[in-house]
Amino acid sequence: MFGSLTNLESLFDEFRRIEQDMDELFGRRPGPAGIRSVSRGTFPPTNVGATPAVLDVYLFAAGLDPKSLNLSIQQNLLTVSGERQVPVKENATYYRQERFSGEFRRVITLPDDADPDRVEAKYRDGVLQISVQRRESASPRQIQVH
Amino acid sequence: MSEKELATRQSGEVRKTEREPELVLRPPTDIFEDAEGITLQLDMPGVSRERLNVQADRQALVVEGNAEISMPEGMEALYAEVHSTLYRRSFTLSSELETDKIDANLKDGVLTVRIPKRAELRPRKIDIRVG
Repeated sequence: MFGSLTNLESLFDEFRRIEQDMDELFGRRPGPAGIRSVSRGTFPPTNVGATPAVLDVYLFAAGLDPKSLNLSIQQNLLTVSGERQVPVKENATYYRQERFSGEFRRVITLPDDADPDRVEAKYRDGVLQISVQRRESASPRQIQVH
Repeated sequence: MSEKELATRQSGEVRKTEREPELVLRPPTDIFEDAEGITLQLDMPGVSRERLNVQADRQALVVEGNAEISMPEGMEALYAEVHSTLYRRSFTLSSELETDKIDANLKDGVLTVRIPKRAELRPRKIDIRVG
């Protein structure tokens, strides 16, 4: 009756092994996920880059009306919400409907030195770029050795 | 720099490392057909008109684009869901479509491609006479 238990364990070992192989293949880093991170395929896909002076957030959101966008920043939490309406053509046969339609909201955790008073945003060719300046203290400082 | 390149440099060898295949994004696409033809809409954020290439022959429609993202020098990625700037997708065409009359329009990263059907193949309304 309990004989099958060992088989079950080896089955889970097998799952774990396949998972590890996939991790290596897609370059997903092991370890905990960000608490506000979202599942793959959430609209809009987002990249965050940093220099010592600025934090840049890129939202790949084609076909938006910039007026429909709502941006807010509280300390180091950036919230972007809006709506993309893809009109459905009447009297047409749809073969594919892969594009996102509807309301979206993304919350992005920035490093703690983000300055909420110095934020700029621009929308070009379907990419929303939000630049957040970092506080001075974060920039590398040259230290003199006497 | 990839780990492979780094390893080669550290070992001090001066040989060309094999480039890994480039990652290509598959733009999400809507396709619908009405009486006049077929319309495709593709999300290609970051692609400008100059960096877009739409090609069609009798067999296939190929859409390629390169996203141009302005980035300050020395930027490091903190978080990334988009791992490439290259988009590519292709679709087979069929003979009732007029491939030499394709119309393409790009606005805010959305590409709309309209392929008309040959006039003689558009559905005709058939009147029914009441006898």
